[in-house]
Amino acid sequence: MSKHIRILSPCGMLGYGFPETSFLNGLKEEIHGIVVDAGSTDAGPHKLGAGVPIVSRRAAKKDLEILLKNGVPKKIPIIIGSAGGAGAKPHVEWTLEIIKEILNENNLKANTAVIWADFTTEEILQANKANKINPLSSNIPELTTSQIEDSFNIVAQMGHEPIVEALEQGADVIVCGRAYDPSPFAAVGAFHQKDLGLSYHLGKILECGALCAEPGTTKDSILGTIHEDYFTVESLNPKRKCTTISLAAHTFYEKEHPYILHGPGFTLDLSECEFNETLPGVISVKNSKYIKNDQHRIKLEAAKLVAYRTFVIAGIRDPILLGSIEDIEDIVIQQVQDYYKEIPQEDYQINFYNYGKNGVLGNKETTAFHGHEIGVMFEVIAKTQELATSICATVRSTFLHYGYENRKSTAGNLAFPFAPSDVEFGPVYEFSIYHLMEITENPFRIEFLEEVLQ
Amino acid sequence: MTTLFELAKVLRSKNSGPFEITLDVLFNSKENYFRVKDAGIITKSLIADLYHISEQQIHHLVFFDQALGFKITFARETSSGTVGDRDVYGAQQHAPLMNIIIK
Repeated sequence: MSKHIRILSPCGMLGYGFPETSFLNGLKEEIHGIVVDAGSTDAGPHKLGAGVPIVSRRAAKKDLEILLKNGVPKKIPIIIGSAGGAGAKPHVEWTLEIIKEILNENNLKANTAVIWADFTTEEILQANKANKINPLSSNIPELTTSQIEDSFNIVAQMGHEPIVEALEQGADVIVCGRAYDPSPFAAVGAFHQKDLGLSYHLGKILECGALCAEPGTTKDSILGTIHEDYFTVESLNPKRKCTTISLAAHTFYEKEHPYILHGPGFTLDLSECEFNETLPGVISVKNSKYIKNDQHRIKLEAAKLVAYRTFVIAGIRDPILLGSIEDIEDIVIQQVQDYYKEIPQEDYQINFYNYGKNGVLGNKETTAFHGHEIGVMFEVIAKTQELATSICATVRSTFLHYGYENRKSTAGNLAFPFAPSDVEFGPVYEFSIYHLMEITENPFRIEFLEEVLQ
Repeated sequence: MTTLFELAKVLRSKNSGPFEITLDVLFNSKENYFRVKDAGIITKSLIADLYHISEQQIHHLVFFDQALGFKITFARETSSGTVGDRDVYGAQQHAPLMNIIIK
């Protein structure tokens, strides 16, 4: 109970890579858990919808190999949060396959547990019917039956509870499906009966790797230690340093509120936190409060396929064309609609992004344009790939040859960097479920893989 | 005349989930932090003007003294990564804050 619990976070995202020397510096001390987050919704709904990973298999294997080869022989539990990027079944299976390969290649044996985070359409339909599901924020619509039925890969973010259970059952390696990012870290603290407020706040800091240090990066290792009534964080690379401000500031990161954080079944109140430098580069944090919610809610996530896309990237340098670019783009849309009279206009959408002018902020850009060239990206979004590609080809040829007023460059309007110019993007997804669901018992199923070694 | 950009150490934007953008402004001295906080010009109304959104779309505007920083979180008009979104990570939405003039 009184011992100090050390958690090693190798990097901010499994597959991002990290200096092996930093990681090995961490292993010089007794470590109670190597924990790495592998998931994010940052890259949009595509990974979840399509069931594909964020990082390459090569990169994931490179990182996992270091963790398993060092951690397994020392009997240090290795926990992977939100496996494969989105933590749904295909992502978890992808991760397990890589782990199996590494264990076999290195003649290692590890008692491996999987915690699934998937939910069936039927389970969500029933929970919705029972009024147990609500939108996460005011700008998310209520869930409808058709929205649920159209969703792929429904997952929920797990808290520390099922991970602690897997640790109690003696797991050496734990592969979590979708998890609240700090949960796999907090689970190590909770398993050793440490304070949950400290464990979760530390998890919030460690899940991004060395991003809380200066200079910050997700591609380096960081060490957290939980004591009786405080925790400390320190860099494992002499090139970086943690400061009271870098740690306090990291508490801000990616969250909606600077000091009130909502997790599965609890609220973390960090308003009274104190950050102190106890030793040079070792920052201690206290007064992180864990408040258990009366109602246990978990965050559901799912994506649905909304359309198909084909796009083109081109440069524009002609000053006359640049002078009335938006008007010309409107005319191009008009001409394409006239050409495809037989296709209902609601079946497709043509969008222009004028990079160099207002590509990022769109119609909210307030700075006046004064460049001499822009990059134009146009896309056609349609019900089918064939329709998107057909219409995009017409947009491209119409734009390329459109004879605007005062034109002298009658050979063509677009500088394509690639041939062919038109790129079939494939399906486009949308986060269709991002809601809170009330639960009364642990819905996350733990499975032990009996024999990993072949 | 000093801009927020000149006073801040970190001035960034990011998604806080796929349905919100969060803006973080952090300082490396109490002096600069309290100069901005006490000027009282960082208000929901100013942010709504800068981002062409309504004040109701702003979910939070909070100063956190321990971190020498403040945070603004507002609703995304298009959720991250779907049709019509221009910034999947929400990482380039901070620029309009830079030129706020602090007395």
